[in-house]
Amino acid sequence: MQTKRMTFPGRWLPYALLAPQVIVTLIFFIWPSLQALYMSLLREDAFGLSSTFVGLANFARLFADDTYLDSLSVTAVFAIGTTLLSMAAALLLAATVNRMLRSRNAYTTLLVWPYAIAPAIAGVLWWFIFNPSIGIVPYALEMLGYRWNHRTSGADAMMLVIIAAAWKQITYNFLFFLAGLQSIPQSLIEAAAIDGAGPVKRFWTIVFPLLSPTTFFLMVVNVVYAMFDTFGVIHATTQGGPSQATNTLVYKVYADGFVGTNLGSSAAQSVVLMAIVIALTVVQFRYIERRVNY
Amino acid sequence: MVEHRPWSQLAAHLILIAGVALVLFPVYIAIVASTQAPGEFLRGTLPLVPGGHALENYRAMWESGLSRAGAPPVGKMLVNSLVMALAITLGKLVISLLSAFAIVYFRFPFRLFFFWLIFVTLMLPVEVRIIPTFQVVADLGMLNSFAGLSIPLIASATATFLFRQFFMTVPEELLEAARVDGAGPFRFFRDILLPLSITNIAALFVILFIYGWNQYLWPLLITTDSDYYTVVMGIQRMTTAADGDPQWHLVMAAVVMAALPPVLVILFMQRLFVKGLTETEK
Repeated sequence: MQTKRMTFPGRWLPYALLAPQVIVTLIFFIWPSLQALYMSLLREDAFGLSSTFVGLANFARLFADDTYLDSLSVTAVFAIGTTLLSMAAALLLAATVNRMLRSRNAYTTLLVWPYAIAPAIAGVLWWFIFNPSIGIVPYALEMLGYRWNHRTSGADAMMLVIIAAAWKQITYNFLFFLAGLQSIPQSLIEAAAIDGAGPVKRFWTIVFPLLSPTTFFLMVVNVVYAMFDTFGVIHATTQGGPSQATNTLVYKVYADGFVGTNLGSSAAQSVVLMAIVIALTVVQFRYIERRVNY
Repeated sequence: MVEHRPWSQLAAHLILIAGVALVLFPVYIAIVASTQAPGEFLRGTLPLVPGGHALENYRAMWESGLSRAGAPPVGKMLVNSLVMALAITLGKLVISLLSAFAIVYFRFPFRLFFFWLIFVTLMLPVEVRIIPTFQVVADLGMLNSFAGLSIPLIASATATFLFRQFFMTVPEELLEAARVDGAGPFRFFRDILLPLSITNIAALFVILFIYGWNQYLWPLLITTDSDYYTVVMGIQRMTTAADGDPQWHLVMAAVVMAALPPVLVILFMQRLFVKGLTETEK
């Protein structure tokens, strides 16, 4: 890794400059993570008085546990649903805004602010709109013959958290898609138009393939968001229910470790999650190195 | 636009208006709900036009909160959120600037090791190490304090990378000229590097402020004393009030007040926000 050609001399100064960052990292990131690794290998007795070393037993138990496997598939459905819904809506809006000349900035301003809303608040907003007794959407759905109730129906609850999580993420996807669209050379599109390709055909044969680096990048970011940043959406609304239908992995770590105080299992779940984040981060960074070549 | 097609232009406007309406819808509903009288919700459906009780609802929440649900006044929680958000933002900016400066402008043993150590924090979000981190903070006696709310969150790999990236583009000649004129590292940092980084700092400030303001899990874990509740987590307490349905007109007044500060930051600093968002992800 490079530095500048010319650098400052100094034996202690660079360490002193790094010290605050490194100390915070060691105390609040590295140490707790090692602690989680260590705890994942222990099992506490029922009173929390003593713990014994059990090797990988916590992990074996975890992957034999139906509720954990359920939680894995719930997380997969949630992450895929959120990513697809949010990216599809954002792409439609970005492609449409990109056609505008004068009104582009006005529409952009109207679409960027949901980023500012906390996931928990987004959850509460949609929870209210979908409230089975006073909400607007269930009222409308009832007229169409569908009885919405996210308190009893797992599918309804999942739909609710996906909509809330996707809504908040639209801004992010929108801005990146818009930037991607603006970097596509206008001459390509004009050439296709001269050859007689209409707007829809141009979009799918030229614009969409050229956007694929952006699309791929956003897919990784959205999956990370759906898996790790949406604790607030779940906690403020369904709390994992009804009957575990929205119990995502991150929510389960919290529920098992904090509310249920099953430390060994919660630590093992933390370790699994760390492995997932590390894998996703590696994918993201390898991809970004390649993006330079596009 | 390549060709002139008035109808497709009209269709595009319709799509955008529908999109904007969908995006705005939840907030409109929240604002409408926050202006209703308490009994309005018992009738079964929510009115779609604002009622006349905005002032009293907002004042009630600002001054007294929902004491039955264990939520302190919103005014107080907003101040807590502001303190936490600013502490996180400034903390992240300061320690990231310093470490990027050390990594780019000094040569010292274990430089690469420290770089990777900072990088690792990207891979360990609070969500995956909830219990042990809580344990550490509890052992340090930082529960129910602003230090506990902010310090564990101020390590920042993204900010450090961004500043490193930027420092690498600062012309070599500036450093040479400064050294010839006899400037030491502090002088160079303060008089040359900081003024050059000001746009980057401002863009990052917007992103980090929103990040800090919207913290949810962390305040939830480490505050049990309602004096330290932040507004985003406080709202969750109101919605899960023990006695039946939450008082939606009051909860929604709190929601609007909690969302307003970060939304205003984005609207007034849209250019910086977009710059910050697209650059931190590189």
